[in-house]
Amino acid sequence: MQGYLEISKVGIEFNTESGNFRALQDVNLKVEKGEFISLIGHSGCGKSTVLNILAGLYQATEGGVILDGKEVNAPSPDRAVVFQNHALLPWLTVYENVELGVKQVFKDRKSKAEMAEWIDHNLALVHITHAKHKRPHEISGGMKQRVGIARCLAMQPKVLLMDEPFGALDALTRAHLQDSVMEIHAQLGTTVVMITHDVDEAVLLSDRIVMMSNGPAATIGEILSVTLPRPRNRLALAEDPDFVHARQQVLQFLYDKHKFPGAKAA
Amino acid sequence: MRLRTAIASRARSHSGENPEAMKVKDEEKKMHSIISRYAFIKREQTWRFEWSDIPGGVAIAKALRTWSLSIAGILVFLLLWQATANSIDTSLGQFPGPVQVWTQVQNLADEHQRENERRVEFFERQETRNAELLAQDPNAEIRVRPYTGRPTFLDQIQTSLMTVGFGFAIAMLIAIPLGILCGLSETLYSAVNPIIQLFKPVSPLAWLPLVTMVVSALYVSESPMFEKSFITSAITVALCCLWPTVINTTVGVASVDKDLINVSRVICLPTHMHIRKIVLPSAIPLIFTGMRLSLATGWMVLIAAEMLAQNPGLGKFIWDEFQNGSSDSLGRIMVAVLVIGFIGLILDKLMLALQRRVSWDKQTVLR
Ligand SMILES: Nc1ncnc2c1ncn2[C@@H]1O[C@H](COP(=O)(O)OP(=O)(O)OP(=O)(O)O)[C@@H](O)[C@H]1O
Ligand SMILES: [Mg+2]
Repeated sequence: MQGYLEISKVGIEFNTESGNFRALQDVNLKVEKGEFISLIGHSGCGKSTVLNILAGLYQATEGGVILDGKEVNAPSPDRAVVFQNHALLPWLTVYENVELGVKQVFKDRKSKAEMAEWIDHNLALVHITHAKHKRPHEISGGMKQRVGIARCLAMQPKVLLMDEPFGALDALTRAHLQDSVMEIHAQLGTTVVMITHDVDEAVLLSDRIVMMSNGPAATIGEILSVTLPRPRNRLALAEDPDFVHARQQVLQFLYDKHKFPGAKAA
Repeated sequence: MRLRTAIASRARSHSGENPEAMKVKDEEKKMHSIISRYAFIKREQTWRFEWSDIPGGVAIAKALRTWSLSIAGILVFLLLWQATANSIDTSLGQFPGPVQVWTQVQNLADEHQRENERRVEFFERQETRNAELLAQDPNAEIRVRPYTGRPTFLDQIQTSLMTVGFGFAIAMLIAIPLGILCGLSETLYSAVNPIIQLFKPVSPLAWLPLVTMVVSALYVSESPMFEKSFITSAITVALCCLWPTVINTTVGVASVDKDLINVSRVICLPTHMHIRKIVLPSAIPLIFTGMRLSLATGWMVLIAAEMLAQNPGLGKFIWDEFQNGSSDSLGRIMVAVLVIGFIGLILDKLMLALQRRVSWDKQTVLR
């Protein structure tokens, strides 16, 4: 069976000053269309590296990635990335930040008016319409991250890649954004690969949680399917035995089977 | 003050009994309101002006402070100058103090006025002569000669400004694109860097003879748009003020935030868009730092070049005065020195104003 997004036998070696460093080895994963995948693992295990290979920003040393029947070997708006630190252009307004990608992707397909409408639509999707003429430094961290998501969604990617999108946010803002992401995922059926450090977040959002072993030569340790029915409600789930069990399994993996490498030495 | 102590002592005397303590507190409150009212009245009676009372007052106060400090600094400098000048004797007479320099400022202005009048007269005379010629013989050949008077101090300033502007413009047309390319491509940077490092420390005086000879050899045209000397000076300026901009632009372009570059890669921006939308806005602050350094360098270099090459401009003015050796010379040179400094300052302020207009970041304090 062939998945929509398929990572096969991916490994990568970095040339560093102190010799070669093998970050990933033999990573295999098949993702269905519309699936929500979370990547979880200890800091430095290679999650971002996997995501960067998916994005085409890094080239795998061996193995490869196939998306929708085509090999991935360069960055493309098909695989839009939400960065941890928003990465908005500070000299452009919220609207212009989204526009930059839209103009590039739809330059032959949409008229000017259609593009404007499409940008507004995506800003509305992440509830940021009221700030569309503000510059990034004038809006809060959560709003910046929303704009980052809108910028990606507006490019109509086949896969949405998110690298710890809510890592820098406070708990309350993070909850709001998680709800927004669930809402958007339900509405658009986008395929999502998200990196997170937050076990609750992983269980709440994902269809499957991919747990990575520690580096060097990190690979996928276990994959946990989360079968909780959607739409999911964080309050109702908090006591739900399935939720608690899933959460327990992830914690077990992270803190028992694959202790944080720094902890071993101590 | 006395009221406060009164309250305090009363409070102390009553603090033993608990129900009384409440009463004392009440009383204390009352007293406080009286005190504050009293203070208010008192303030009205001996009304003192506070800057913070008027809108924008704090800013005005701050500006006044800076200004008064600047003026005080200048006054002290003038006094020291006059004192030192009085005790220095040269073969051209006493070293000029502020007073003598001011006299020379007026002299130079008068000379300019006179020269201007002479110029106007010259053209009037020429016109009437030509008109007469035409009246006698409609087919007469009339000649319009340009006026060839001595350039005045103001003319020299104008020449110098034009030269530095032209040289700076040439330099920027080369430096900014080169810097962008070097910042984008590490390969090109590695290739160009040694050349930059080699030529950066070269003095304009070393370039000058070479430039002069090359310009004389190559710049030959029937009716040149610019004087040869103008071109020579401008190219010398350009050669010396290229480097700060090249180096700063390179650094600015090379240090664009990696996340932003990744954004551009994901969006697949074509190179020209990448440069326009991502690289240039990021690098603008450093580009301007480079340009300001370049302009300052260029202005310094120009004076030296004009002096050495006898090309028209402020440098030549100084040299001529020096050769003249009259008792006024030192004063006139001092005027030129001050004017050079003042123009340098204005040029930098202009660049700063331009940066404010161009920069997207209106929040950083520019100095
Ligand atoms: N460009 C690179 N050059 C050399 N080594 C790298 C490079 N990128 C990542 N690495 C190394 O690969 C390993 C995995 O890094 P990666 O950034 O993928 O970790 P991560 O799981 O995303 O960590 P975190 O959770 O802290 O973001 C680390 O040991 C890192 O030092
Ligand atoms: Mg990471």
